[in-house]
Amino acid sequence: MIYDIRHETMPREDLESLQLRRLQASLERAYAMVPFYRKRFQEAGITPGQIRSLADLKNVPFTTKQDLRDNYPFGMFAVPMDMVVRIHASSGTTGKPTVVGYTARDIEMWAELMARSLAAGGANRGDIVHNAYGYGLFTGGLGAHYGAEKLGASVIPVSGGNTKRQVLIMKDFKPTILTCTPSYALHLAEAAEEMGVSFADLHFKAGIFGAEPWSENMREEIERKLHLSAVDIYGLSEVIGPGVSVECHQAKKGLHVFEDHFIPEIIDPNTGKSLPYGETGELVFTSITKEAFPVIRYRTRDITSLNCEPCICGRTLVRMNKVSGRTDDMLIIRGVNVFPSQIESVLMEIHEVEPHYQLVVDREDNLDVLTVKVEVGEKLFSDKVKKLQEIERRIQKHIKDYLGVSAKVKLVEPKSIQRSEGKAVRVIDNRKI
Amino acid sequence: MKVQQISVFLENKSGRLAEVASILADADVNIRALALADTSDFGVLRLIVNDTVKAEKVLKSRGFSVGKTDVVAAEVEDRPGGLYKILSLLGRSGLNVEYMYAFVQQSQKNAVMIFRFDNIDEAVKLLLHNGVKVLSGQELYAL
Ligand SMILES: [Zn+2]
Repeated sequence: MIYDIRHETMPREDLESLQLRRLQASLERAYAMVPFYRKRFQEAGITPGQIRSLADLKNVPFTTKQDLRDNYPFGMFAVPMDMVVRIHASSGTTGKPTVVGYTARDIEMWAELMARSLAAGGANRGDIVHNAYGYGLFTGGLGAHYGAEKLGASVIPVSGGNTKRQVLIMKDFKPTILTCTPSYALHLAEAAEEMGVSFADLHFKAGIFGAEPWSENMREEIERKLHLSAVDIYGLSEVIGPGVSVECHQAKKGLHVFEDHFIPEIIDPNTGKSLPYGETGELVFTSITKEAFPVIRYRTRDITSLNCEPCICGRTLVRMNKVSGRTDDMLIIRGVNVFPSQIESVLMEIHEVEPHYQLVVDREDNLDVLTVKVEVGEKLFSDKVKKLQEIERRIQKHIKDYLGVSAKVKLVEPKSIQRSEGKAVRVIDNRKI
Repeated sequence: MKVQQISVFLENKSGRLAEVASILADADVNIRALALADTSDFGVLRLIVNDTVKAEKVLKSRGFSVGKTDVVAAEVEDRPGGLYKILSLLGRSGLNVEYMYAFVQQSQKNAVMIFRFDNIDEAVKLLLHNGVKVLSGQELYAL
């Protein structure tokens, strides 16, 4: 089903004129309300009034995660705080999160986009949605929740964790739609099997999975083990949260970007030059309807390409291919963004630890497992095992407290961490994505 | 009345202990006592050797983390209750034994135990005061 026929199947020409109108209004608002954007425009010697076509957008300066960080927490908000009804946050590179705000209209728009996304995945009014995305500062849980309600489905706000209870709920409440990260979906399948519950006997027909990159192989595995149709959903809190783009269940070939709200571009990450459809580069978004937290040419650091071919589902919206990588070293561990530099700053707060560490990510039982290897230097070493174990626990607790991820800590011998050309190899990702 | 012990950090992988032994053998360092305390991930090897300075130097040069600690070598009477006598003495005085292990050689007919205390000076005083024989480094290496 297409939730919003008018906007999702709009002739490209009409869509583009709608985009231009909305873009101009959004740029004017950001220029007037956010000192950061005004300064950026002035430095580039342009005014919003000079943006007369969609092509002119490429003359506007980029916004980066660093810019958001510099304006922590509310400096990028374009409305007074009494209009902000919701605040979400995602982790940043230094341990300071990126904070985003929403007006009542933003929440309404986001719910619409999530309703569209669930419908694109195969959900409908009357479905029962088992929402196992985490609720909280992370946008996944509440994003899917509001979208499901908007669609007219019944939501089970089960959130993440307590897998056994989730399986019981799936058996008894008979949900028909599953929303969670793809790795958690596989974890649920395994837990169900251990409990003697077969997904074949459950009632799921579709799953909308996102918040981490996943492969076609993983789709096959999920569809086979969970007996449902699986689509990919994309989003990031800086842009709005989940619901920026989604695959349709008919084609499952690229994610339709909701272009009536966000303008996607692909750029060369080194030169910043715009790249045409079909070419691979860094994905950049400009929001054109958001009130509280407009983003202008925001560099996502995600690598993908755009495909403008018509789709069999009838949507005229451009499709982005599955994200194939990052331009930085960000890791996504169970849906939580983790930068090696964050782990480093946590380690540096423990005075016994020297900056010789390595992050190893594995997928065990379909769950991401982060191991932090720390070299035992002179300062850290003790002849007492108890003391070494206490340091392990302290590192573990700091990482959990500051970054919200559970990590295993493994003490290793000095100089044992692989160095390439003298530089330590910081990340080893063994997950097959 | 203190003896120097060196300790080495080891990952739990096969061959590491043998490597330490071979490095010390190549340097003509004689291992007089050895104890390995380990967890599932790592171990701490504690050694009494005849040349602490040289042992520390060669192990460090081969990239190991090496620590030096003062420990106490005490004679334990070779009869039932010999060790108990010392432990209960320490227990009563509230001195905590971090860990202990046996020395390879005997002293006369008596066993020698190595003790690691946080408060070593007080421990030595207590032992001597109660007639326990505490060996110096020289005495120990001469066994
Ligand atoms: Zn489609």
